[in-house]
Amino acid sequence: MSLLYLVKRTGYILFTLLIVSVLVFFITQALPADAAQMLLGENATEDALAAVRERLGLDEPIPVQFWAWFSGLLAGDFGISLRTGLPVADMMFPALARSLLLAGFALLVLIVVAIPMGVLAALRRGKATDVGVSLLSYVGVSLPEFVTATLAVLVLASPEVGLFPSTGYVPLTEDFWDGLHHLALPVLTVSVILIAHVSRMVRSELVDVLHTDYIRAARLKGLSRRRVLWRHAVPNALLPTVTVIALDIGYLLGGIIVVEEIFAFPGIGRQLIVAIESRDLPAIQAGALIMAATYALANFLADLTYALLDRRIQYD
Amino acid sequence: MTDLLRRLARSPQGAIGGVIVVFVFLLAAFGPWLAPADPEAFNYTARFEGPGASFLLGTDQFGRDLFSRMLSGAPATIFMAVLSTLLGTLLGAFIGTASAYLGGRADEVIMRVVDAVMAIPSLLFALLIVTALGASSVNAFIAIGIAFAPGMSRVARSVALTVRKQDYVNAAIARGERASYIIAREMMPNVVAPIVVEATIRVAFAVMLLATLSFLGLGAQPPSAEWGLMVSESRDYLFRNPWMMIWPGLAIAMVAIGFNLLGDGLRDALNPKT
Repeated sequence: MSLLYLVKRTGYILFTLLIVSVLVFFITQALPADAAQMLLGENATEDALAAVRERLGLDEPIPVQFWAWFSGLLAGDFGISLRTGLPVADMMFPALARSLLLAGFALLVLIVVAIPMGVLAALRRGKATDVGVSLLSYVGVSLPEFVTATLAVLVLASPEVGLFPSTGYVPLTEDFWDGLHHLALPVLTVSVILIAHVSRMVRSELVDVLHTDYIRAARLKGLSRRRVLWRHAVPNALLPTVTVIALDIGYLLGGIIVVEEIFAFPGIGRQLIVAIESRDLPAIQAGALIMAATYALANFLADLTYALLDRRIQYD
Repeated sequence: MTDLLRRLARSPQGAIGGVIVVFVFLLAAFGPWLAPADPEAFNYTARFEGPGASFLLGTDQFGRDLFSRMLSGAPATIFMAVLSTLLGTLLGAFIGTASAYLGGRADEVIMRVVDAVMAIPSLLFALLIVTALGASSVNAFIAIGIAFAPGMSRVARSVALTVRKQDYVNAAIARGERASYIIAREMMPNVVAPIVVEATIRVAFAVMLLATLSFLGLGAQPPSAEWGLMVSESRDYLFRNPWMMIWPGLAIAMVAIGFNLLGDGLRDALNPKT
């Protein structure tokens, strides 16, 4: 991996963010909402509205408005929320941190559950276990998050069962176990689809790897079955899985929007939905941009991980 | 074609997926006519009924017959999902083939922009578009179509590029075949196949996305019996009558499973070697 590659990739990310911010800006410009009216309420006089429009630069041509917004972004200024009157960055970044906590736990659950599932299915290829895992994963990828979430609440959080709280958020720093307890259902919900998807991927990769010559050579050399599996086969099968997990992060971010809305989890997805409902333009723009940036960064990190894990890959 | 169907039927995924998808299409086409009761008729003497003889699947908070609502809501979910995938596929195929055809600098620029757009998660992208257009099922359909276009254009472009370089295409050129023959008989069948596979799997995703948008209040609006909207409305009464949520939830999952299985079956049937 050369320095040139890193520079090039950073360039691509910046280009991606530029395109995304242009898109987000113009899509939100099309929203039928008058920011000045929203700030002042329905009883505002024409003069007051005009004054606010002038102050916010809403009378300027669109490209000038875009530049004002974009140069603000570069300085870390995401604007002022029309709904709360607070800086958008102060609302979004703490929410992003909470969402990343949720996403981090989901990825952890994903790795701990999906990899053993896939390995087990590959080893028992064609047997009942394999068919079972395969059926489960078809059901898993076909359940949208809102269905999984509502089912989870119905089964695990009903008044009679009450195993888990169905809404809310408790910071882990405040009460670690209660915090985990509140995270359980959201994490479970967002991980179902990912587990189904990744375990299928691990299975098919491992089945391919188990048929390669180097695995046969390792067996013939007299290595134990276990050593061949865990030291030779599984690491090679996991390489492509890293890329799949990175691509799934885009999916995870979408799932997080739904799950946060259902479980009233105060993350960036919920902020975004609230912003959309109240037509809070700066907040919508910031939320969408931050999520897209997170995804682009995750893919970049996955590529780096991939290169570190597999020394044969030479990026240029 | 019959050969393809035979191979499709031989794989368990293809066979089961095919049966489910045919059933689902019949449901969407004839469901609204089969509904035994008016799906929007209130009946305050029979609210929150469970499944039974008088109401096959039970009733909701207004005493509306859930069975009739499920049947009449089928086209709203299924046809819209298929149509939005079609829209996304056509847009994507156009962008992808144009990009592959133009080549060089233009190809580079188009694909970089496509990459950038793909950095926006599909749900988020659809959410933004539908917010700008206004919440309705037609706008949700347009939003999903647009959100699918970049991904489809990548598939279309890569397929078009590889097929163009294949030996059998070069052989046809060397034999002196006409361009129309090469495109129609040598390239088209091999370009269409991977796109059809990708599109079939994407219908499953479109069903889920469409239902999710309705669930979030950005797609179909009440009193529509769109399945995602039904799940959303059921949440306030989840513990009084869980059936209000279970039926539409199951139906969405069944449609998605059907298209996922069919897509995988088609992929196997079209690539006999793997």
